[in-house]
Amino acid sequence: MRTILFLIQKEFLQIRRNKSMLPIIFVLPIVQLLILVQAATFDLKDVHFAIVDQDRTPTSEALIRDFSSSPYFKTSAYCMSVEEATSKLYDGTAGMAMVIPKGFSRSLVEGRGDASVQLLVDAVNGTNAGLIQAYSTRIIGRFSLHQATSNPVVIPEAFKPVTLTVETRHWYNPELNFKTFMVPGILVLLVTIIGFMISGMNVVREKEIGTIEQLNVTPVKKYQFIIGKMIPFWIIGLFELSLGLLVGKLVFDIPMEGSLWLIFLSAAVYLIVVLSMGLLVSTMSDNQQQSMFISFFIMMIFILMSGLFTSVDNIPDWAKVINTFNPVAYFIRIMRMVLLKGSEFMDITHELLSILGLAVLMASLAVWRYKKTT
Amino acid sequence: MEHEKVINSAPVIQVKNMYKRFGSFIANNDLTFDVYKGEIFGFLGANGAGKTTAMRILCGLSSPSSGEIQVAGFDIYKQVGQIKKNIGYMSQKFSLYEDLTVYENMRLFGGIYGLTNKEIKERSANLLQMLGFENARNTLIKDIPLGWRQKLAFSVALIHKPKIVFLDEPTGGVDPMTRRQFWEMIHETAAGGTTIFVTTHYMDEAEYCDRVSIMVDGEIRVMGPPAELIQRFGVENMNEVFIKLARAKSTEL
Amino acid sequence: MKRFIGFVRKEFLHIFRDWRTMSVLFGMPVAQLMLFGYVITNEIKDAPMAIMDPSHDTYSMDITSRLTSSGYFLSERNISNHKEIEPVFREGKVKIAVVFPNNFIQQAQRERKATIQVITDASEPNTANILASYTESVVLKYAMSLQKSSGMGIRIEPKMMYNPTLKGVYLFVPGLIAMLLMLISALMTSITITREKELGNMEILLVSPLKPAQIILGKVLPYFLLSFSSAVLILLTGYFIFGVPIVGSIVLLLAETMLFILMALSLGILISTVTSSQQVAMMISMVALMLPTILLSGFIFPVENMPEVMQWLCKAMPPKYFITIVRGIMLKGNGLDVLWDETLVLSGMTLFLMILSMKKFKKRLA
Repeated sequence: MRTILFLIQKEFLQIRRNKSMLPIIFVLPIVQLLILVQAATFDLKDVHFAIVDQDRTPTSEALIRDFSSSPYFKTSAYCMSVEEATSKLYDGTAGMAMVIPKGFSRSLVEGRGDASVQLLVDAVNGTNAGLIQAYSTRIIGRFSLHQATSNPVVIPEAFKPVTLTVETRHWYNPELNFKTFMVPGILVLLVTIIGFMISGMNVVREKEIGTIEQLNVTPVKKYQFIIGKMIPFWIIGLFELSLGLLVGKLVFDIPMEGSLWLIFLSAAVYLIVVLSMGLLVSTMSDNQQQSMFISFFIMMIFILMSGLFTSVDNIPDWAKVINTFNPVAYFIRIMRMVLLKGSEFMDITHELLSILGLAVLMASLAVWRYKKTT
Repeated sequence: MEHEKVINSAPVIQVKNMYKRFGSFIANNDLTFDVYKGEIFGFLGANGAGKTTAMRILCGLSSPSSGEIQVAGFDIYKQVGQIKKNIGYMSQKFSLYEDLTVYENMRLFGGIYGLTNKEIKERSANLLQMLGFENARNTLIKDIPLGWRQKLAFSVALIHKPKIVFLDEPTGGVDPMTRRQFWEMIHETAAGGTTIFVTTHYMDEAEYCDRVSIMVDGEIRVMGPPAELIQRFGVENMNEVFIKLARAKSTEL
Repeated sequence: MKRFIGFVRKEFLHIFRDWRTMSVLFGMPVAQLMLFGYVITNEIKDAPMAIMDPSHDTYSMDITSRLTSSGYFLSERNISNHKEIEPVFREGKVKIAVVFPNNFIQQAQRERKATIQVITDASEPNTANILASYTESVVLKYAMSLQKSSGMGIRIEPKMMYNPTLKGVYLFVPGLIAMLLMLISALMTSITITREKELGNMEILLVSPLKPAQIILGKVLPYFLLSFSSAVLILLTGYFIFGVPIVGSIVLLLAETMLFILMALSLGILISTVTSSQQVAMMISMVALMLPTILLSGFIFPVENMPEVMQWLCKAMPPKYFITIVRGIMLKGNGLDVLWDETLVLSGMTLFLMILSMKKFKKRLA
């Protein structure tokens, strides 16, 4: 036990004296949160859209007005033909085009049921295109409902069409604010990158410099060595998380519905997984460059599969199997559930236990893989 | 007469038929030797002769392919932990932490070897005094010139009063003056009963040792007190002994 | 010249012998394409849904079956009480709850109108939004079908241009190329040169009869080829395995790729002249290169959605232009007539960085 304390003391002294480390610990998280959260957004804003209005009636103009007055769309061009509108998509000046065909308003007023509009969406970014479609559908749906109820033709009560209204409520995030969704995920990213990078570089650095030999001839046990390496970074990781939560609260006013204790408990276990993986990579690499590449590769895959940016509900089965070993996915789920929905201990037991299992597995691997002799 | 002292004491390192193979390459070929308490044992050889490999095995940094080996009275296969408590090591690569101060390095290694806080304070004060280094106690290692660093590394290897100290090319890249001082330190330490196991390729340094062995191509070719070897080969100094051995090797081929 | 060739050969061997790094470099793009291609989809299907249907009549059952047969929803459980919604959301078992009113059909027939409540778990706002809009359109369509004689709805004919099935790979192939080129050309170059400096090898090279320009060229050439071949690898994988089209000119695409590589190499050299240790070089590269390439380039998140300030920041980032160019050529079939301004900006940036890095490098020698 005393041995470990001496090792921890040494590690902290080294971190304190490392000039390139301090800004990484204190500045990087804030910069990351501020930039990433602003940049990583699917909140539709001012999608430029081109209009081909072949109907040219007050009704079609009203529909166009509904679009341009919404915060999501911005009229950028009135085109004469579908070809012209397509060329706007082609050169990137518009993200969406709406074609209102001739006879649109008449078929609407006469209730023939064949009124239609065509939407051309630049779908290179599929997620964005899906959202554009969703918002457009909603605007057009509301428009048609409004038209129906303000229909001037008088119909006897019993023959009136049935209007079914859908009243939507978005729980936990009524404004559908994408930032609220991203902040907990970015916090995970932050803790992961810092933990993985610092620990991943650490042992291999001692190897490169040669100091590890001096430790290897001492009676230090393998587990003491790994624990001595891990605890300082573990403390830094928890510090990072607190800093991130603070910035998230002050700058983005993210909700904190659930218990912070639960967050820190999960983070404490999660960090053991991340740090063990970092140390594992470190003990297996020859130099820092190599270690960085391998860490980057692993981190990239875990992060992309974690559901941070895109939903992973519909991934194929083999990917689900991989994901059962993905600590990032579990921790992101926990963060979002607890912070946004106020989930309690019982709600997250599955995720928490999975992380715990991974922690035991990874830590044992790290200790086993660290070789004092060659 | 120094020789007499050596012969009469018990061996602290016993090596019998030690082999180390890396694939088909044999780095250590059937090494057998004893080292005695308080002795300065010089382990000589050209670069790549296998001396560092042998030393790393004795320190528990590497495991032998076969052979019976005891260090400080403990078996190398079963009691590595015990061995490590009783040895000190100074590697070829300079290996104190450059971003820690002199005292912080001493405290770290003292702590690892299980010294109490009081012992750490006393030992480090003693060592610094011995080196005349009291002023540098709180200086970062990277701000200290190379020659002094080597002396510090040596004293850190002594902090837990080990029975045996292994020194791997301790004076590499150091000026002659500092080298002399370094050997004075080695002699003082040996006089206190600590066994010194040192590798070097400076043949003039070999003459400061009580006994030397010379390795060529993974084998020990000759072993004995330097004066005896010089006599046996009928030459002036150790350097010529070495050259003769090297020639013998090339004529064999 | 002979000396130079020898030097270049040594550099090549040095890089290609490190099998761990090599396997990451060539394994990473392929693995990532697999992930993007097979794993990450934007389509939503089988979202677990809770239904509260106290009246249990023809209308409500019809709507429920229309919802579940759409493929978007999976009826996960029936609930009888509003209070049950909260716990199933908190456990994460259900994403959307549809609540029908009491006496739904009577109300609808007598009053000619009725309201259905839809509650989403908006902790995932995108999914919530799209699910809500699907539900709404299903309900509206049903309402219209009740009144065949008087159709009031507007049919929407969406057409997804350039990527009809909303595949994620289409988006990621261009972004991945940009990321990899940055990683190899800028990051690896900066680290290698810094490493040589750290180890003191640079001094040895500088006193050799090689000219500084030759040294730089020799260092950079292997990375140029490495970058280029991995870009081609991504294109091939994308094309043959995932069917990502290359509508436009391949020649133009490769030329633009080389332009971007030149830019990234200059950036790498520049970084190496201002850093002293590998660790610092890595950190700078991570923060100053990878972050902008992934997030401030439109790789995943459209630049138009960002706040004004961020959009300006994006405009200063070379990857943004490159990604626009690659997407334009590959997916839309754009030619230089459309992409001339992006190409011009990218060329300008490349020239600027090249001159700056050469100046800095020479200065360090003087």
